[in-house]
Amino acid sequence: MEILKPAIAGTLESSDCQVSVEAGEGGIELELNSVVINQFGNQIRKVALETLERLGVNNVKLTIVDMGALDCTIKARIEGAVYRSQGQKEHLPWGGVIR
Amino acid sequence: MINAVGRDIPEEILEMTGKEVFRGNHYFDGYTYRKHGPSTTCVINSNGSKLVSGLREAIEKCGIRDGMTISFHHHFREGDYVVNMVMEEIHKMGIKDITICASSLGKAHDPIVPYIEDGTITNIRSSGVRGKIGEAISKGKLKGLAVMQSHGGRVRSIATGEVEIDIAFIGAPTCDDYGNCRGIGGKSNCGVLSYAMADALHADKVIAITDCLVPFPNFPAHISMTRVDYVVEVDAIGDPEKIATGAAKPTTDQRKLMMADYCTRFVVNSPYFKNGFSYQTGVGGASIASTISLAREMRKRNVRMRFGVGGLTKPMCDLLINDQVDCLLDTQDFDLDAVESVKDLRHFRISAGQYADPFNKGAVVNKLDFVILAALEVDVNFNCNVVVGSDGMLTGAQGGHPDTAAGAKCAIVIAPLLQGRIPAICTEVTTVTTPGESVDVVITDYGIAINPRRQDLIEAMKEVDLPFKTIEELRDMAYSITGEPERVQFADRVVGIIESRDGTIMDVVRQIKSFEFSDK
Repeated sequence: MEILKPAIAGTLESSDCQVSVEAGEGGIELELNSVVINQFGNQIRKVALETLERLGVNNVKLTIVDMGALDCTIKARIEGAVYRSQGQKEHLPWGGVIR
Repeated sequence: MINAVGRDIPEEILEMTGKEVFRGNHYFDGYTYRKHGPSTTCVINSNGSKLVSGLREAIEKCGIRDGMTISFHHHFREGDYVVNMVMEEIHKMGIKDITICASSLGKAHDPIVPYIEDGTITNIRSSGVRGKIGEAISKGKLKGLAVMQSHGGRVRSIATGEVEIDIAFIGAPTCDDYGNCRGIGGKSNCGVLSYAMADALHADKVIAITDCLVPFPNFPAHISMTRVDYVVEVDAIGDPEKIATGAAKPTTDQRKLMMADYCTRFVVNSPYFKNGFSYQTGVGGASIASTISLAREMRKRNVRMRFGVGGLTKPMCDLLINDQVDCLLDTQDFDLDAVESVKDLRHFRISAGQYADPFNKGAVVNKLDFVILAALEVDVNFNCNVVVGSDGMLTGAQGGHPDTAAGAKCAIVIAPLLQGRIPAICTEVTTVTTPGESVDVVITDYGIAINPRRQDLIEAMKEVDLPFKTIEELRDMAYSITGEPERVQFADRVVGIIESRDGTIMDVVRQIKSFEFSDK
């Protein structure tokens, strides 16, 4: 999936994260800023990369500002931002690549 | 060398400090020593006043030099002006290499960070540090070591002479021109001056700083003129709004109320809940809520408290007003109701030494039945951390936590299972501040764990309908939600030590390192 336009999902509330995506420069570039980076930085990166792989996104600049979100939240926010970048609001693949 | 809580204390730190590793709560029981006395300059003339023209003159008269140790109390909490005002003056005088020995430091003292960076301050002893000072220490900006002490441990270090205070600065809400200090009657009232009493007893020079000079004699004095060398009058010693905040509204957070309810149900079902029991609680939302619900149960079951200890807040003082307790023993006042209550004849001021010093002939904490505490982290060995954030940054204070937990028959720690994504119940705390042998019960919103060392309490709770779990079950529940946290990556340099209340080393705090992803 190509990132068609910059998009954003999530908030900066505690236990949420704000995810933004824009078209990459030929690969995945991750910028992670997290209040729990010392304890969960590697785990958040793993979840982010797995989610992008599942969505078939491999050319993206992904920025995550994390306020202590759980993995399920991070995954959902990335999915939200990616589909917004497609302008796709309906017929989302629930149970497909979104799970 | 590995200590009694399994922490490896580096040999070079033992050598540098001349300290031993922590060997258990009662290692020094029965130990005999001679107390340290101050050098004292007699005042025999009857010139009648110790008032000097200003802070600068007082500091000069005390003979300040590079390398001296100066002390402060923290009764003005986040409203304190005294530390900053004194440090600014000392900095202007070009003095270097000062050791600060404070009963605590907070965010109000962020302005002294530049003096840490430029070598004016090179060592800090305090119950804790918050805000930018904690950050500066964790980033390695303090040349010497930060020594984090409990309230009782601080008095021990001063009374034994391990720390020799050259000049004590005592902010006094009211003071006369001969140095009689009181915590009430002025415009920046803090109620009591308990933490400053050890400083007044043992420091070579004592300067009282007040913003409300009253006619002699300012009696009954909380700190006597017989301990004070000079008196300084300034415009303001603190911001009254931040010293004693109005009574905090009782929490409406359902999670905290539930934990408070668990706590009260545990207390009333324990063998210590009977006429004449004693009780102390902290100022967290859940602790305050548990005092309120306990008062209800006491009335219902017709049980009376003999004494309450604190760190006092409105709900504790209400027990006195409603005649549910015989007396209160006070070391610190957190709200205006507590400050007001100091005037009650059944509300007794006690020194920090009386309260918690393990090296006197018995402290009040030894007579406690219950203490209700909080913690940033508790591990499966019941060790608690109240000083270092889960990210490795110094950001809290020991306070009376290790003292009361060691003394009380039943030490209860209330902590929500999760703080955001941080599990409060974990395999190993970032830093040990209170040893697991002191902690009897941990109450979370997901269940209650009793320390297996306390089979008597486990037995007493057999028929009680509360969600009991093992501490490992609580940890596993937390990890199943958050994932297992990785250990924080520290640099090698030790920037601080967690001093046990008996002066041994409980743990060390290392410089923080910026996060790096693992390679995979």
